[in-house]
Amino acid sequence: MSEVTPATRLRPWHDEQLRQVIAACVTLGFAVGVYGISFGVASIGAGATIAQTCAISLLVFTGASQFSAVGVLANGGSPLAAFGGAAVLAARNGVYGFAMASRLDGSLARRMLAAQLTIDETTAMAAAQDDRRHAQWAFWITGASVYVFWNVGTLVGALIGSAIDPETFGLDAAFPAAFVAMLWPLLAERRHLRAAAVGAVVCLVLTPFTPVGVPILAATAGIAMGLRDGGDE
Amino acid sequence: MSWTFVLVLAGTAYAFKFLGLVVVGGRTLPAAVDRCLALIPSALIAAITVANTFGNGQALQIDARAAGVAVSVVAAWRRLPLIVVIVLGAAATALVRAVS
Repeated sequence: MSEVTPATRLRPWHDEQLRQVIAACVTLGFAVGVYGISFGVASIGAGATIAQTCAISLLVFTGASQFSAVGVLANGGSPLAAFGGAAVLAARNGVYGFAMASRLDGSLARRMLAAQLTIDETTAMAAAQDDRRHAQWAFWITGASVYVFWNVGTLVGALIGSAIDPETFGLDAAFPAAFVAMLWPLLAERRHLRAAAVGAVVCLVLTPFTPVGVPILAATAGIAMGLRDGGDE
Repeated sequence: MSWTFVLVLAGTAYAFKFLGLVVVGGRTLPAAVDRCLALIPSALIAAITVANTFGNGQALQIDARAAGVAVSVVAAWRRLPLIVVIVLGAAATALVRAVS
C-alpha cells in the first residue's frame, strides 16, 4: 500500500498506486466501450430508434440487462418477457449497493449519482483496493470511464452498424480476466475464498436449470460464510 | 420498441441500485451482517467470472474463453498489473479462436 501523505492527497497524480488504478480503470472502460458498439447494433436490430438506443445505455446503464432486453425483443419475445429477464439481471446491482454503501462517502446527491454507477465493474474495482481512499477513487474513475466509453460505443454502434466483432479480439474474455485480477488479492483471506467458491459453484450448478440472471443472484448465498466466527487471518 | 418500455426498464434498474446503496445501505447493521456484506463482491464477482467463462445462455461449455481466463489466473497469481492480466486474457482467447 502506498503511503498517504498530505502531498499525495492534494496531488493524487504523485501516488504511484493510484496511477496504476486509473490506468486499469480506463483500460477496462475501453473494453466495455467496444461492447457498447455491439449493444448499439443489437438494439437497432431489435427495432429501437437511435434515440431509444442511446437512452437505454444512458439511463439503464447495466450491460447484461440491456443485452438481455434487446435480445428477447429481437427474437420476437413480448415486452413483458424482455422486461422480466432484464429486471432479474439488474437486481444484483442492488446487492452491490449494500456492499458499497459503507465504502462510499458523501451527501445524498452524491450517493444518488453513485447508485447509477453501481455495476459489476465499479464494485469489483473498488473491492480490489486495499484501503478506503483508493476504493473510492477506483469506484468513481471506473464509473466515469465505463459510463463514457459505454455510451460513446452505443452511439457509434447505433450509427454505423456492425464493423467490429469483439470476439475476434477475445474481448469477451477481457471481462472474466479483469474480474480474476480483481478477485485475486481478496482470495488471500479465507472467508473471501470460501464466499467466492460457494458463489461460483452455486452459479454453475443453477445455470442449466434457471432463467438467465438467477444463478448470479443466487450466488449471493456465498456471503453466509461471513456468519462463521471471526476466525479469519 | 416503445418509449414506455425504455423508461420502465430504466426506472427499474435505477430503483434496484438506489434501494441497495441509498435506502438500505446507509444504516448501521449488526457486526455479523456487516461481515456478510463485505463478502458480496467475492461471492458475486466469482459467480460472474465463471458465468462469463463457461456460460452461453443456459448452457455451459468450455471454449476459447477458458484458455484466456486460465492465462489470466496465472498472470494474476504472478501479480502482474491489471492491464496486463486483461490484455493477456483477451490475446490468449483471440489466439485460440484464430487457430481453432
